[in-house]
Amino acid sequence: MAVDVATVRRVAHLARIAEPEDRLQAIVGELNGILAWIEQLNEVDVQGVEPMTTAVEATTPLRADEVTDGGDPERILANAPKAADGFFVVPKVVE
Amino acid sequence: MTADLAESKLIQGRTGAWEIVIGLEVHAQVASKSKLFSGAAVGFGAGPNEQVSLVDAAMPGMLPVLNRYCVEQAVKTGLGLRAEINRTSRFARKNYFYPDLPQGYQISQFDQPVVGEGVVEVERDDGSSFEVRIERLHLEQDAGKLIHDLSPSESYVDLNRAGTALMEIVSRPDMRSSDEAVAYFKKLRTILIYLGTCDGDMEKGNMRADVNVSVRKPGEGLGTRCEIKNVNSFRFMQQAIEYEARRQIEILEDGGKIDQETRLFDPNKVETRSMRSKEEAHDYRYFPDPDLLPLVIEEAWIEDIRRSLPELPDDKRKRFMSEYGLSAYDAGILIAEQARADYFEAAAKGRDAKLVANWVTNALLANLAKDGHDIEASPLKPEAINELVGLIEDGSISSKIAKEVFDRMWAGEGSPKAIVDKHGLVQVNDTGAIEKAIDEIMVANPDKVEAVKDKPQAMGWFVGQVMKATGGKANPAAVNDLLKSKLGV
Repeated sequence: MAVDVATVRRVAHLARIAEPEDRLQAIVGELNGILAWIEQLNEVDVQGVEPMTTAVEATTPLRADEVTDGGDPERILANAPKAADGFFVVPKVVE
Repeated sequence: MTADLAESKLIQGRTGAWEIVIGLEVHAQVASKSKLFSGAAVGFGAGPNEQVSLVDAAMPGMLPVLNRYCVEQAVKTGLGLRAEINRTSRFARKNYFYPDLPQGYQISQFDQPVVGEGVVEVERDDGSSFEVRIERLHLEQDAGKLIHDLSPSESYVDLNRAGTALMEIVSRPDMRSSDEAVAYFKKLRTILIYLGTCDGDMEKGNMRADVNVSVRKPGEGLGTRCEIKNVNSFRFMQQAIEYEARRQIEILEDGGKIDQETRLFDPNKVETRSMRSKEEAHDYRYFPDPDLLPLVIEEAWIEDIRRSLPELPDDKRKRFMSEYGLSAYDAGILIAEQARADYFEAAAKGRDAKLVANWVTNALLANLAKDGHDIEASPLKPEAINELVGLIEDGSISSKIAKEVFDRMWAGEGSPKAIVDKHGLVQVNDTGAIEKAIDEIMVANPDKVEAVKDKPQAMGWFVGQVMKATGGKANPAAVNDLLKSKLGV
């Protein structure tokens, strides 16, 4: 698998990472190098092996349905670049 | 499904008949106290950002911990939908950027949902039924809320709803008309309310649907679909589907093609329109959430939940038909709400159940609707209906008089017995008194007595006169019998 400039531009946009146009070609090279390295894994026969999404042999812990948090809007908003009347304030997003 | 039924649902276009194909993705908020992955409260009407934990606000380093109760409600709903429960399921990140989603991804489930395939049996208004297959049910987080009208140049963000547990119930494209889609949505809502897993409050947005609509010529493969987002009423669903199907048919008949896109229903203009802003975001790049381990549900837990299931609407309907001898139609009306079914059963104790069903489904429900009461808040308790039907059964009052008694009960005059006594409404079963009335009428109207000999159906006039003479209180059966013998018809 290899990526091209258009793919890198698209992935960067989806991740909201600002990459200048003149950097894209260089990133294509770097990413393709990484992808080629990872592709060596294809040499391993994984026929019949379940995909592994975690290295931890455990199941998810569960908590009781109790209210133990919240009620502190000032703390939630403390780092907001802009807030008003208890709300986060962001540039207008219109449907 | 018979060919005739299918035929009646087609829409006529300029180039012939079209078939609508509909599938629903229903979002139902889990009726839990706290959020899916945090201990912040779930509720309506709190001040902005009052019900937000650092997890919901996606502060760095915060980790989600799954709410056991929410898992239980998803399993319970799955069992209610006769669906398979997946012993192992997984959470995945659905990635997109929007100001109501502080994480930059929604924790959802992708290839391993908690509940797999199931089926819902849905009744049409005409009493026939059809099945809608369930593809899956998965748990996911709701997003926050954007408020656009507090500032002309900015949007305000309230994260109270962010992280609230939703069950997304995805159907197969098994509906063929707006009526069927609404009937399925209603049935699903009834099941959820019976189960107690979602309160079904659509006004608060606790239950809403994304509606997938496409059209095709009968017998052809599936057409390109459009998804109408966030439909939160039965009426809007009906209107949105009707509009959208017409729109697609017009485009296709003009030689155009349908773009697969997300659309929004505008209830004021009664039309759907494109939501172009979200189009490019459709590459969600799902991947397993590394913060969450697999969810494993033990068989014993599933069995515990199965034992806790209430009697479900379909079972209740069947029981009402077999145990009380009700028609499918009456049973369907009574089971549509659990409180209504409970009311009926309390009122029917020791009485003719069909008669009770008639009073509940007609007089009572009509009056409740007129005065805007829920059946839980009915001014007439089940015991009052029970007593009223008892008076009809023992011959104290006729059905006709019973209607008068009911109206007086509704007006707050007291118990049926008290009303009957107070207004002297007891039915006249005394044949002597009825005979006397008949004799007087016959003497006063010799021409009619003559006429009825040639035209027996003219006896109806005599029945009317006798009822009038007795203030409507004569036992109608006794009047009929006596008239027949006296008039010789």
